[in-house]
Amino acid sequence: MSKRVIVIGGGVAGMQTAATLAGLGIHPVIIEKGDRLGGKLLNWHKLFPTFTPAGEVLDTLRRQLKDVEIMTNTEVKRIEQSGVVLNDGRLLVSDAVVVCSGFDIFRAEIKEEYGYGIYDNVYTTVDIERMLNEGKVHTADGHIPERIAFLHCVGSRDEKVGQKHCSRVCCITGVKQAMELKELFPQSEIYNFYMDIRMFGPGYEEMYRQAQEEFNIHFIRGRISEASETIDKRVQIKAEDTLIGRPLKMTVDMLILIVGMKAGASNDRFAENRGIELYPSHFIRPRNQFVDNICSSAGNIFYAGTVTAPKNVGESLNEGVAAALRVSKYLED
Amino acid sequence: MVQFGYNISQPRAINMDKNDMMISQKILRTMPELQTCIACGSCTATCTAGAITSFNFRKVHTLVRRGEYKGAYEEMNKCMLCGKCRLSCPRGINTRGVVMLIKQELGEYR
Ligand SMILES: Cc1cc2nc3c(=O)[nH]c(=O)nc-3n(C[C@H](O)[C@H](O)[C@H](O)COP(=O)(O)OP(=O)(O)OC[C@H]3O[C@@H](n4cnc5c(N)ncnc54)[C@H](O)[C@@H]3O)c2cc1C
Ligand code: SF4
Ligand code: SF4
Ligand code: SF4
Repeated sequence: MSKRVIVIGGGVAGMQTAATLAGLGIHPVIIEKGDRLGGKLLNWHKLFPTFTPAGEVLDTLRRQLKDVEIMTNTEVKRIEQSGVVLNDGRLLVSDAVVVCSGFDIFRAEIKEEYGYGIYDNVYTTVDIERMLNEGKVHTADGHIPERIAFLHCVGSRDEKVGQKHCSRVCCITGVKQAMELKELFPQSEIYNFYMDIRMFGPGYEEMYRQAQEEFNIHFIRGRISEASETIDKRVQIKAEDTLIGRPLKMTVDMLILIVGMKAGASNDRFAENRGIELYPSHFIRPRNQFVDNICSSAGNIFYAGTVTAPKNVGESLNEGVAAALRVSKYLED
Repeated sequence: MVQFGYNISQPRAINMDKNDMMISQKILRTMPELQTCIACGSCTATCTAGAITSFNFRKVHTLVRRGEYKGAYEEMNKCMLCGKCRLSCPRGINTRGVVMLIKQELGEYR
């Protein structure tokens, strides 16, 4: 009988892990709390840095999962030595577990000073992906925005909200969306307010430069301190242009908060297992960051994707392959 | 009128709602490469004029891009067009060309 491996989470990392395991003759079971596989990519429009539709990546992965057992609308509560415990209390026995439960989006309402959920024209990058998917990007009252501001690092690198880490992918997300909006509204002025610009991936820096030179996106170094609504429902923002050393203010039609990646909500419960450790950020800490960066201290628990740290799609996919190979080696031994 | 020595302080904030962005937009249309400046400051560090005056090339062109034109022409006049900044700019910006362009566009702000 082939060995059974539980894959927690059906995002890109979980899908890739399961597809690779199945190819190795192992029996994977994906347990996904949502009603469909795909994770966050179900909500993304086009992916940086190539503007590939997110759906294309998911279709490719889905095709490789034809014979894989999938349980949707099922949430894993705890991880035991013998398998996983579901929310309804059932224990599913398995020979190994790969944790691919991903990350959570930082809730922008928490940064009250930016008025998300209070002012009509304050959005998050997640809202913009949805609006792009729906083909309806406009201000709350249906107008074409003339001036748009993006704010980097919302819910990242911020002690005030207990998120000290950098979410890595949000700088490039902000650049990507600025380019997409400029393409939709060539007459608009777009400003990205940043603290540091972090372009870690292949082609990202080139894309940043293209956004500056060809798309005329303005980058202003300085963190918006607060936003307020004007009588005509526009948003007035204040910042310091720290490269000049003077305060700066402007009114925009849309303020878009570039929200960060937060540790997944399940991580704390998973860490009740003694083989699973957490970073101070509550992302899961692998056994070590080099040769065992997808392994736990418990022999039969492995990790792939953003459950251990903010990552892009390519990195998450690679870890899926790597984790599956390590599982296979573990099962042989 | 009797002068009491009081005056109204000008607000220090750069007000992007009031600033006339037309000139800055025209400058960026003519030389889009200026927008790629990453504010590294190597132009200013190497600047021949900056070594002996308060001239800060990076800061002046950043102000111009924000629509703050006052004094920019006079500042750019301190440049002696030696071209050292262009050798050091990591973004390959024709910095000396920027000096000339800003002077040309802001002539009337003297
Ligand atoms: C705004 C934004 C835009 C982005 N755009 C891009 C881009 O253009 N290009 C790019 O390369 N990257 C992008 N990223 C990063 C990308 O989203 C991640 O790399 C990718 O989603 C990681 O996949 P994952 O499988 O690790 O996690 P996720 O996508 O988070 O999937 C995890 C899955 O696990 C499930 N799950 C969680 N807990 C449990 C549990 N206890 N039991 C059962 N199931 C569970 C979840 O429901 C989810 O389906 C973006 C990120 C953000 C925030
Ligand atoms: S990637 Fe950029 S926007 Fe995101 S947290 Fe890091 S510095 Fe901030
Ligand atoms: S060209 Fe002008 S700005 Fe450049 S280094 Fe020489 S004096 Fe300074
Ligand atoms: S050297 Fe180039 S990139 Fe650096 S501050 Fe000067 S103009 Fe900008």
